[in-house]
Amino acid sequence: MKFSLAWLKQYLETEAGAAEIAAKLNALGIEVEGLEDPAEKLAGFRVARVLTAAPHPNADKLQVLTVDHGDGQPLQVVCGAPNARAGLVGVLGTAGAVVPAGGFELKKSAIRGVESNGMMCSARELELGDDHAGIIELPEDAPVGTAFAEYRGTSPVFDVAITPNRPDCMGVFGIARDLAAAGMGTLKPPRIEPVAGAFPCPVEIRTDDPEGCPAFYGRVIRGVRNGPSPEWLQSALRDAGQRPISALVDLTNYLMLGFGRPAHAYDLAKLSGAVVARRAREGEQVLALNEKTYTLTPEMTVIADERQVHDIAGIMGGEDSGVSESTTDVLLEIAYFNPERIGATGRALGLASDARTRFERGVDPAFLDHGLELLTALIVETCGGEASEVVRAGTPPLETARVAYDPLLSAKLGGVEIAPAEQRAILERLGFAVAEDWTVTAPTWRPDIDGAADLVEEVVRVHGIDRVESVALPRGEGVARPTATPEQKLERRLRRAAAARGLNEAVTWSFIPPADADHFADGNGGLWVLENPISEDMKAMRPSLLPGLLSAAKRNLDRGADGVRLFEIGRRYLRGDAARSDERLTLAVLLAGEREPRGWDQRRNGGKAQAFDAFDAKAEALALLAEAGAPVDKLQVMGEAGPQFHPGQSATLRLGPKTVLARFGALHPKTLEAFDIEGPVAAVELFLDAIPARKGGGGFARVAYAPPALQAVTRDFAFLVPAELPAGELLRAVRGADKANIVDARVFDVFAGQGVPEGKKSVAIEAKLQPGEKTYTDEDLKGISERIVAAAAKLGAELRG
Amino acid sequence: MTDYTALEQEAGARIAAAQDLAALEALRVEYLGKQGSVSGLLKTLGTMTPEERQEKAPKIQHLRQSVADALAQKKAAMEAAELEARLATEKLDLTLPAPEAPRGSVHPVSQVMDELAEIFADLGFSVATGPEIEDDWHNFTALNMPESHPARAMHDTFYFPHQDHAQRHTDGPQGHRTLLRTHTSPVQVRTMLSVVEKNGGGAPIRIIAPGRVYRSDSDATHTPMFHQVEGLVIDRDIHLGHLKWTLETFLKAFFEREDIVLRLRPSYFPFTEPSVEVDVGFAIENGKRVLGGSGDAPGHGWMELLGSGMVNRRVIEMSGLDPDEWQGFAFGVGVDRLAMLKYGMDDLRAFFDGDVRWLRHYGFSAFDQPTLSGGVGARA
Repeated sequence: MKFSLAWLKQYLETEAGAAEIAAKLNALGIEVEGLEDPAEKLAGFRVARVLTAAPHPNADKLQVLTVDHGDGQPLQVVCGAPNARAGLVGVLGTAGAVVPAGGFELKKSAIRGVESNGMMCSARELELGDDHAGIIELPEDAPVGTAFAEYRGTSPVFDVAITPNRPDCMGVFGIARDLAAAGMGTLKPPRIEPVAGAFPCPVEIRTDDPEGCPAFYGRVIRGVRNGPSPEWLQSALRDAGQRPISALVDLTNYLMLGFGRPAHAYDLAKLSGAVVARRAREGEQVLALNEKTYTLTPEMTVIADERQVHDIAGIMGGEDSGVSESTTDVLLEIAYFNPERIGATGRALGLASDARTRFERGVDPAFLDHGLELLTALIVETCGGEASEVVRAGTPPLETARVAYDPLLSAKLGGVEIAPAEQRAILERLGFAVAEDWTVTAPTWRPDIDGAADLVEEVVRVHGIDRVESVALPRGEGVARPTATPEQKLERRLRRAAAARGLNEAVTWSFIPPADADHFADGNGGLWVLENPISEDMKAMRPSLLPGLLSAAKRNLDRGADGVRLFEIGRRYLRGDAARSDERLTLAVLLAGEREPRGWDQRRNGGKAQAFDAFDAKAEALALLAEAGAPVDKLQVMGEAGPQFHPGQSATLRLGPKTVLARFGALHPKTLEAFDIEGPVAAVELFLDAIPARKGGGGFARVAYAPPALQAVTRDFAFLVPAELPAGELLRAVRGADKANIVDARVFDVFAGQGVPEGKKSVAIEAKLQPGEKTYTDEDLKGISERIVAAAAKLGAELRG
Repeated sequence: MTDYTALEQEAGARIAAAQDLAALEALRVEYLGKQGSVSGLLKTLGTMTPEERQEKAPKIQHLRQSVADALAQKKAAMEAAELEARLATEKLDLTLPAPEAPRGSVHPVSQVMDELAEIFADLGFSVATGPEIEDDWHNFTALNMPESHPARAMHDTFYFPHQDHAQRHTDGPQGHRTLLRTHTSPVQVRTMLSVVEKNGGGAPIRIIAPGRVYRSDSDATHTPMFHQVEGLVIDRDIHLGHLKWTLETFLKAFFEREDIVLRLRPSYFPFTEPSVEVDVGFAIENGKRVLGGSGDAPGHGWMELLGSGMVNRRVIEMSGLDPDEWQGFAFGVGVDRLAMLKYGMDDLRAFFDGDVRWLRHYGFSAFDQPTLSGGVGARA
C-alpha cells in the first residue's frame, strides 16, 4: 500500500522526517518496502515563464521560445507543444535534469539547427498524469524560478506491506494511530460533522442476508456534478498509486485508502426499486466494473435492485449502475460484510480487489456511520448536491475480544520487562480499554486480537522489539549428545560414500511428466498426480528417482558431457493404506555416456572409449550397500529388476527371497527410447528402508580377532559346468564346501568355445585356504580339494583334466 | 720363473678390455675356471717345498684375488651400464595424463543441511521429518489457518484431486484435502503430537526439520519446489529472547562470522504470536552482499532472512499440549537461500537441473563433512 507523507500528516501531528517514520514503521511491523521522494525525481525542473514564442525556421510544428527561469538570463528552448505561447507559465527542465518518464538526461543541443537549452514539460513527462497533449500550464502567479517540486509541494511516498492481521492499517489513519502510539507524534482524529438529511431517503434499503451482510447503511445525494477531482485529491491518489477517475469514484477511494473503509456509489438513475443485500440466485450474472461477467451462486452475497445484481457485495461493483460524468443523483452504500463469505466468494470467482482485501480481513464494524458522514461531506463539498437522511438496515457485529491479561506476560513470553503502567498506556494509545483488573477489551478495528499473546505482541512492538535481549537457551551439561537417528546417519553416510566413489549428487524435481512416471510406476497402487500442477511436466509425483536422473543425464549429454555419473538421495512417493502417502527414502545412481574417454594409453582398452555396463552398476550397488552395513556376503543376485531394465543385464540384490535391497543393471532400450537418451545407461536403485540396521549397533567393541599365524594357501580349480549355470552358484557351492578351511573363493576365468564342449563353459576358481594351528599336510589339502569338487559336482560341474 | 706381476697386469688389461658379459665370463673361465691358468698356479702350490710355498703362495693368492676383483668390478660396471641403457629405453612422457578417477560431489543443499544438523546438534536439537504429501489439517488447520483463512490463499498450494482425499485425522472437523506441504511447519505439529503420544503429556522439545516444500510459484527467484528448515523449541519458560539468541547463535556459527547482527521486526504468521520477521545486516564486499557488519551503517543494509515467533497457543493446543504449561518458539528459513548466501550461487533454478558442471563447481567433496572442531563451513 502506498501513501504520501502529506496524507499521513493529515492524521498525525509530527515533526519527524520520512526516514525516521520509515524506521519506526518497520519497528512496528509495518514493513516499508519502498520510500520514494518525488522531489528527487523533479530535481532540475523549475517554474518558468515563456517570454517570446516564434516559429522555428526549419520546422513547421516547432517553436523557438525564450524562457525566463528566474536567474535573469532567459534561455532559448525549442518546443513542439501546440499550447506553447508567450506568457504561459510552465515547467522547464534544464541541462542535467533527468526526465522522470523515460529516464533520459536533458542536454544542450541543436534541434533542426536551432540551439535548445532545455525542455518545457508535459504532465506525462514528469509522471504527474496522463496528459501529453501539451505542456503543463501553471497559474499566472506561479513564482518563476522556484523549484517545481517545492512549488507543487511534493511529499515522500511510502510503500508498505500490511500483514493480513491488520486491516485497520489498510488505511492511512490506522497507520497514523500506530505511529502515534509509538511516540511518533499526536493522532489527529478526523472531524466528523454529520450532514443533516434534507429529505427522507427515497430508496428502500434492506438486507435479506443478515449472515452475509449484517448491516447495510445508505443515503442518496441529489444534484451532484461529477467531473475530474480537485488537484489535491488527484495528487493524493496518484501518490497512492491509483489513477484518478472522477470525483465520486475518487472520493470513495479516498475513504478506503484513508480509513480502510470501502464504500460504493451507485448512479441512482440506473436503479429501480428497493436496493437489497441478498444471496445471489444460481446462475445469476453480473457485469463487473472490470468489464468481466461473473456467474454467481447462492453462496455469494450481492446487492441488487428489483431488476438485477449491481454489486458483488464487498468485492466489486457492477458496470451497469456505476457512476459516470453524467451522474446527478447517487446512492451511497456503506455496509458490513461477513469476512469469511467475502473470502469464499472472491476465491470462487478468482476476483481480487482492494475492497475484498479489506472486507475479507475485517473492516471496523463501528465505522459505518462515521464513514458515511465523512464521504457525504466530501461529496457535497466537492460535487455539490443535497443529502438525504441516512437509512440503516441491520446492525453490524460490534462485540470485540475481551482478554484477561497479565502484565508479567511481556517478560514470560516476550522476553522483555515492561512496567505495567507503560503497558497500560501503550494499550490505551492503541485504542484498547484496560480495566483495573487487566481485563483488556479490543477496539472494534482490531479483529485480530485473539488472546493474551496478541497483547504481548502489541506491547512489545510499541515498546520496541529491539529492546528484547538475547537469552541463551539452557544447555545440557558436558559435550552435546548425538541426536541423529540411524536412518539419518545412514543417509549422510551413503551420500558421502557415493560422492567419494566419484558420483555427483543431483537434486531433481519431486514431480515429473506423467509419461515418465508411468514408465517407472511398476503398479505401486497408482501414482500421485497433482490437480493443479504448474505445468504438465511437473504433474506426477515420482515413483522412482531414475526418471529425474535420466532427464538430467540427457540434458548433460546434450550439452556435450562425456561421462555422467549422477546420484540422488530422496523420496519415492508411493501409495500406502487408506490413501496415505508412503514416502520411501531411496538412493539412485545413473551412469551414462563414457565410463572412460578414449585415451593415449593403448594398454587401457586399446585406448578406446568405454561405455558403462551392468557390472559398473553392480559395483556401485555393492559398494554402497557395504557402506550401509548390509551383509553383502549374504546377498543373493536374483532377477526381476523391473521392465525398465535390460532383461538379461539386470538383477535385484536380495536378503532372503523377499527383501529387495537394491536393483541394478543396464536400462532397457525401450526406457532409453522413452527418455530419448543414447545408451547404454546403467542404473542402481537402493531401497534404504529395506536395509537392515547395522550389526553391533549397540557397542563400539569389535568381535575379537587376531591375524592367523600361518599363511593362507590358494588352490585353483577349473570346472566344466552347464553354460546356463550362474557362476555365483558355483562360487557359493565352493565356499560352502568346507567352511572351516575355505575363507574365500573367486572366479578368475570364464571361457566357452574352442576346447569346451557345446552347452558347457569353463569356470576357473581360486580357493583361498586358511590353515589353523598346523600347516596343511598333503592329506589335508587332498581332502579339501575333494570336498570342493564334490560340492561343485552337485551343480553338474566336473573338474577339467 | 713366473712373473706374477706381469700376469696380473696382463689379466687386468684383458678384463678391462672385455666387451660384454660373455667375454668376461670367458676370461673368468680362462683364469679362474677349474682348468684356468690362475687355478693351475694354485694347484702347483701342493707340489712345492715348504720354503718355496712360503715364498710363492702369497703372490699366487694375490694374483687370484686381483683377477677375481677385476672380474667383479668389471662385471658390476657392465651391469650398471646395461641397466642404465635399459632404463634409458624405458623413459615415459610423464606430462601425459594419468588415468583419472572421477570426482564426485555432494549437492550444496545436502551440505548445508548437514551443516545445520551439526550446529543445532550442539544446541541440543535433533532432526525431525514428516511427509511431503500432507493433509490440509496438518499443513493449515492445526497451524491456526482454518478453511477460510486468507493466509491459505497466499500459500499457492499444490493439491491432489478429491478422490485422493481421505479421512486422515479423525478428530478434524471436515474431510481433508491432500496436498504438497507448503512449508515444513506441519512437522511442528507432528512432533508435538508424537511427543504427547509417547509421554502421555508434554516434554521439552528441540528439533529442526529440514526438507522439501512446494509452492505453485515459478519465476527467476522462485521454484515450485525448494527446501526449508523448521526449528521448534518447546519448554516451560521459553521466550522471544531465547529465539533471538538461538537465531544469532545459529547464524554466527553457520556463516562463521562474529559480526552477524539481526533486526527483529514484528510480523504476522497465523501459527505464531507474537510473530517476528528477522532481517540480517549485510555489507557490500567486492560488489557482493556479504552477511555481517552493521545493517544501519552507510553502505550496509538489511536483508529479510526468515520468519519466526512464539508458537501460537492454538497450535500448541491442537497439537495436544497444554498451552498454559508449554510454550516456545518456531522459525523457518530457506535452505537453498542459506546456501546461496553462504556459497555465492545466484541462480536458484540451477540447483535442480543436475548439470554436472554446476554440481562439480558448487558441490562439495565427500570429505567436507561439517564438524564443529573443523568449522562447519567448507572454504572455497
